[in-house]
Amino acid sequence: MQVRGATTGIRGLFTGSGSQHGSRRPSPIIWVPSAIVAVAMVLPLVYLIERSVDSGGDSLDLLFRMRTAEIMMRSGLLVIVVTAASVLIAVPLAWLTVRTDIPLRRLWSVLTVLPLVIPSYVGGFLVLSALGPKGMLQGFLEDVAGVDRLPDIAGLHGAALTITLLSFPYVLLSVRAALWGLDPALEESSRGLGNGKWKTLWKVTLPQLRPAIAAGSLLVALYTLSDFGAVSLLRYETFTWAIFLQFNSFNQALAAVLSLVLVSAAFGLILLESRTRGRSKYYRSTTGMVRPPSLVRLGQWRWPAFGLTAGVVGLSLVAPLTILSYWAIRGITQGEPVRLLWSATLNSIYASGLAAIVAAVAAVPVVILTVRFPGRLSGMVEKMAYIGFALPGIAVALALIFFGSRYATPVYQTMSLLVFAYVVLFFPQAMGTIRASFLQVSPRIAEAARSLGRKPMSVLFQVALPLIVPGILAGSALVFLTAMKELPATLLLSPIGFDTLATSIWAALEEAFFAQAAVPALFLVVVTAIPTAFLILREPRGVR
Amino acid sequence: MSEPAVRCEGLVKSYGQALALKDLDLTIEEGTTLALLGPSGSGKTTALRLVAGFEVPDAGIVEIAGRRVAGPGLYIPPEQRRVGMVFQDYALFPNLTVARNVGFGISDKSAREARVSEALALVGLTGLGGRMPHELSGGQQQRVALARALAPRPTVLLMDEPFSNLDAGLRAQVRTEVREILRSTNTTALFVTHDQDEALYMGDKVAVLDWGELQQVETPEGIYHTPKTRFVAEFLGLADFIPATFREGKLDTVLGAIPWEQEPPPSGSEVLVRPDDMTIDPSETGQGTITNRVFQGPSYLYEVGLEAGGVVHVLQHHTKQYDVGTRVQVRIIAEHRLACFLGESRVG
Repeated sequence: MQVRGATTGIRGLFTGSGSQHGSRRPSPIIWVPSAIVAVAMVLPLVYLIERSVDSGGDSLDLLFRMRTAEIMMRSGLLVIVVTAASVLIAVPLAWLTVRTDIPLRRLWSVLTVLPLVIPSYVGGFLVLSALGPKGMLQGFLEDVAGVDRLPDIAGLHGAALTITLLSFPYVLLSVRAALWGLDPALEESSRGLGNGKWKTLWKVTLPQLRPAIAAGSLLVALYTLSDFGAVSLLRYETFTWAIFLQFNSFNQALAAVLSLVLVSAAFGLILLESRTRGRSKYYRSTTGMVRPPSLVRLGQWRWPAFGLTAGVVGLSLVAPLTILSYWAIRGITQGEPVRLLWSATLNSIYASGLAAIVAAVAAVPVVILTVRFPGRLSGMVEKMAYIGFALPGIAVALALIFFGSRYATPVYQTMSLLVFAYVVLFFPQAMGTIRASFLQVSPRIAEAARSLGRKPMSVLFQVALPLIVPGILAGSALVFLTAMKELPATLLLSPIGFDTLATSIWAALEEAFFAQAAVPALFLVVVTAIPTAFLILREPRGVR
Repeated sequence: MSEPAVRCEGLVKSYGQALALKDLDLTIEEGTTLALLGPSGSGKTTALRLVAGFEVPDAGIVEIAGRRVAGPGLYIPPEQRRVGMVFQDYALFPNLTVARNVGFGISDKSAREARVSEALALVGLTGLGGRMPHELSGGQQQRVALARALAPRPTVLLMDEPFSNLDAGLRAQVRTEVREILRSTNTTALFVTHDQDEALYMGDKVAVLDWGELQQVETPEGIYHTPKTRFVAEFLGLADFIPATFREGKLDTVLGAIPWEQEPPPSGSEVLVRPDDMTIDPSETGQGTITNRVFQGPSYLYEVGLEAGGVVHVLQHHTKQYDVGTRVQVRIIAEHRLACFLGESRVG
């Protein structure tokens, strides 16, 4: 679901919607809030640009003097490695869990998605505590073999390993949805034309998956580019890290310019994806219900496939949870205070909950506008609403700090800016989910209500809204769960003395107090994992 | 019948560059059904949506029961037009029970319950009011949609391809029932379809639309036998045109002489013959040879290549079975008046 929302969002950014028959003018109750939302969404970007332009030539100079090119290279390298690795892991896994008779298929299709709910700073901490200097592996090897030094995990390989294990499910979900939606008649035609099952897989199935792979890869690439937690912990100096460093050393202008470069890179990635999608069309020729595809028999490959899948789940899910539990137990036995957690938990719930409500309420008019009244203006609103996809959390946070300190001092250092940042960042998720449920509602239903004597307002509140309530709830839940885990914006925008779960964990990690970080981290993962998994796995079976 | 239930005059509607309707005039008399027939993209659904009020005309007027609802500077929204809609996909409210769907348009709360059971009884769904729409079959959903549209007693019922989501067997049954309901309740209806059989069956009159232009409005028999244009002739069913020359009160054709009492058609005219207008018998001296045979269950459709050039299609009872290649004599047996065409339009 997250992925579905996300991919439609990216389409929204660059394609817009063409004009359609019968579009009339929306009523002010729809377009006024939509316009306000659209403007609010681009506000951070505008201030980022303003702040960068303000600083003028100085920071441009600095930008060239700094090792900006080097940072760019590092970020780019990380994005490429993580994306390629994710595709290599996820595509076979998606095919195995959707189309083959692999043992425990249904179980794997749940477990392979779950790593997505582990925040990257927790992932980074786990990799560091397990494979780092004086880590668990080294401790174990020292006991049995007297090894007192392991190759340093910090750097590209550590960061890439961490992020890949957490983000490959984006590709997995996207490819799985495509596999479910594939018209089995295409494969059957190929078999009927004399191609064997492997040749069919290679020549018919895989090419059909190209857009899904591209869409999933884009999500992984954007995740990697905007990641702050894992790269900081594993000391790999990327953009986000450099921005944070500059900001903390009171070099705001340079931080703004660097953020702008980062945002441009994100836009570049989106553009790249829309290019690779190419011009060929991918759709099924039949309409209506589609038969579920038949399962491919793996034969002698059944158990090797099982081993591969189990291995991925072991590395990406079982190992992290085990290590986390180990540290948590160690922390509790060492007398870590569990009591402090409650205020941080309540704060997290409070801020994320507010963001969820605001995002859902704001998304409804925008969804109605963009779905029912396609046109140039509503296409623009749609693009603006989806901008959060391209904005890394740290860039949004910086922009809002500039904005708050210069133009809106009353809200500066208050919850409202933090909530606003969450809304900008996660609005696309709310919108994607609500949009998907609104698309199920035929415009004929509203027309039927009109012809039965109801006024447009009454149709909206009595007919349309009740039908999309499940979508609105799912969308706000998604925003809530994602905001709970958010780190960089929370770190920069939290009012003084306002600790959340994420900031508490980060504070402990910065001091390398693993045991202290483990209890809230385990709590966060468990509390957010179950509902997130539920939402993600609501993905439709067969028919979209 | 003083006032027509629906009157459209000079309706024009375009979407950007595309002109959907050009200067459409239509009237529906009270208590009758007008079937609006046309290929996809002909503008028939646009016409219906203009009457319903879901679209605003660029020019022209719409009147319902003598009251103007659309015209220059005037637009009455759909909820104030007293029209009932039946959509192709039914558009039932999925979150409401059948009874609440049917009662949705009845504002008078005290009358609601009685009207709902009355409407459900009318469509033969008594007792199913507590079900949810998805618990019903396609045919039942179709009838709920009809009951919902009829319950508020609309001035006119607008149906947009209402049977196209039903499978063939069910469609024939449902359309019989729906026609019966429309007749028994004396409902005025506009019925939009692309299926000529359906139009001929449902309409008291049939209007044919092509490229946004009204071709002809006629009774079903009239439009089938004496279409005004070649397009209408061909759209309503298999049509063959054979050259005819007027001579001494008759039309001379390769199929024999046809009695002709009207104005003599100009030279170069062709007469329209349909498969049921002719019969064939094997004959060594016949005008043509069977070139194809299609078995249709109760009947055979023969394609006969004429010696003089051209082909005609002839429908025969299944007992008249001839092989391809048989030489046959074609005779015209039609008892209704035939239509003569010159170029695209009818001349007699």
